[in-house]
Amino acid sequence: MAAGEAMAAFWLAGPATVALIALFILPVLAVLGIALTDWQFGATSLRFVGLANFREVFGDPDFQVSFLNTLIYVSIVVPATVVLGLVVALLVESGRSLRAFYRAVHFLPYMAMLAAMAISWEALLHPTIGLVNHIFAAAGLPTANWLRDENTVLAALAVIGIWQNLGFAMVLFLAGLKGIPKDLYDAASVDGADLWLDRLRTVTLPMLGPTTMFVVIVVALNAFRVFDTVQILTQGGPRHSSDVLLYTLYRESFEYLRTGYGAAVTIVFLVIVVSLTLFQARVMDRKVHYS
Amino acid sequence: MTVSPFRLGIGLGRHAALLPTTLFALIPFIWMVSLSVKPPNEIFGSPFALIPQHWDAYENYSKALSTAPLARFMVNGAIVCFAILALQILFCAPCAYALAKLKFPGRNLLLALVLVGLLLPHQVLALPLFILCYKLGILNTYAALILPFIISPFGIFLFRQSFKSIPDDIVQAARLDGLSELAIVWRIMVPMALPATIAFSIFSVVAHWNDLFWPSIVIKSKDLMPPSLGAAAFRSVEAGSDFGPLMAGAVLIILPLLLAFVLAQRWFIEGLASSSLK
Repeated sequence: MAAGEAMAAFWLAGPATVALIALFILPVLAVLGIALTDWQFGATSLRFVGLANFREVFGDPDFQVSFLNTLIYVSIVVPATVVLGLVVALLVESGRSLRAFYRAVHFLPYMAMLAAMAISWEALLHPTIGLVNHIFAAAGLPTANWLRDENTVLAALAVIGIWQNLGFAMVLFLAGLKGIPKDLYDAASVDGADLWLDRLRTVTLPMLGPTTMFVVIVVALNAFRVFDTVQILTQGGPRHSSDVLLYTLYRESFEYLRTGYGAAVTIVFLVIVVSLTLFQARVMDRKVHYS
Repeated sequence: MTVSPFRLGIGLGRHAALLPTTLFALIPFIWMVSLSVKPPNEIFGSPFALIPQHWDAYENYSKALSTAPLARFMVNGAIVCFAILALQILFCAPCAYALAKLKFPGRNLLLALVLVGLLLPHQVLALPLFILCYKLGILNTYAALILPFIISPFGIFLFRQSFKSIPDDIVQAARLDGLSELAIVWRIMVPMALPATIAFSIFSVVAHWNDLFWPSIVIKSKDLMPPSLGAAAFRSVEAGSDFGPLMAGAVLIILPLLLAFVLAQRWFIEGLASSSLK
């Protein structure tokens, strides 16, 4: 039977294995290779150039701006999304009425096509007809041409990022809340923690620690991948003020066909995302031990 | 069953506290629909109101439909998403069954391959896959939209997890009944792992229906554009001037998936949440 099983496995897993190697493993090796050579799209020869592409990328002021922009974007989106997601999850969970409604409404932005919703956001942020400026003006706050102003464009894109990811963070927190054993609350109430706020402080928040860590990483992974809003609304402008890693990767690799440069940017992106993912896997491991 | 004033107060407080984020989530949708039914003079005039005084819905929506081949975008999206999903299940389920239930040399190596694949963000593979599509001469075809996604490491992983929870006795019984290994995959495993199949299908369709990155790389001709790229192209044609038709187009583009979500939101939310917990 063992030989028969091996034979069956060969036919069952063979096609998937070939596809995995051809579409995942070889491509990632190819990117590593291209990043270390001077090969350009369409060229017939190539030369090993070591880390020259990386030196060019890191020495490029435009890349530095793009890298910094990505970090700024992530550092706005992640804390805001996680805090709001937690607050919404706690509020939704604290009562019974309209629970499914709140869950669905907050999750709607996560699955609605961002490329199309960006068009609505552009109108909301429009300098003259936009609702945002109407509200700001009515409240006596300064108005702006949010997506065309170097000082506001990243913040505006970050708000869209928060809008998109909030419901996703909420759903992950709701799952985390469901995993907290009920008897912990009974124990807390024996210890005199009767008020909602006490129980939140002594049981809920400490027990949500691993979930929170997980949500932070997952939202950071999403934020590092910001592309659609930049591609549709700003194309990295004005004057590179909304350039982000993935948009730089796209522009250099596929619009300017600067293959070596694009490959080096790809590796930078790969290192960031893989580190975060590996870290996430460790957190997940710990979370399993926790419960 | 009387509700104490205290409880009622807490309940109302909860709704009041959730109002700002609910509005934050909904306003882009409401704004979009509102602009899509207004005439230009009301869009640009102030004060603004959500409901127009004069309805221009028919004008805006018919202009959107005549300016851009929206139906074509939708059909393209549907063809591509369906082909990707069908191929993914076809490739992933048998492989997952082998990993879950069969002993064979190289099994751990294959599992390691799957885990490496899980780790790689797809954007990292874009450059070599673009070159591959160029070499194959399939740039600007449906094939270029489909090929990179025929295999999903996540699909293999998810199917393997749920196949593992199906008892070995069932596999043995099926073998005694004379079923081939392939028949066991399609007639026993996949039907018994239906929740995983549904979760994976939702994950796959939502991801590829909404994806803008890969289509912007490989598709140039309007006839082949999926909805995401169509939305981008439509916006740059109508940029800044004609908000009514632009919003009408955007509404039509998000409508199919939005309707699916409203009808089956429980599955959507749980499916997408569980698929993120990979």
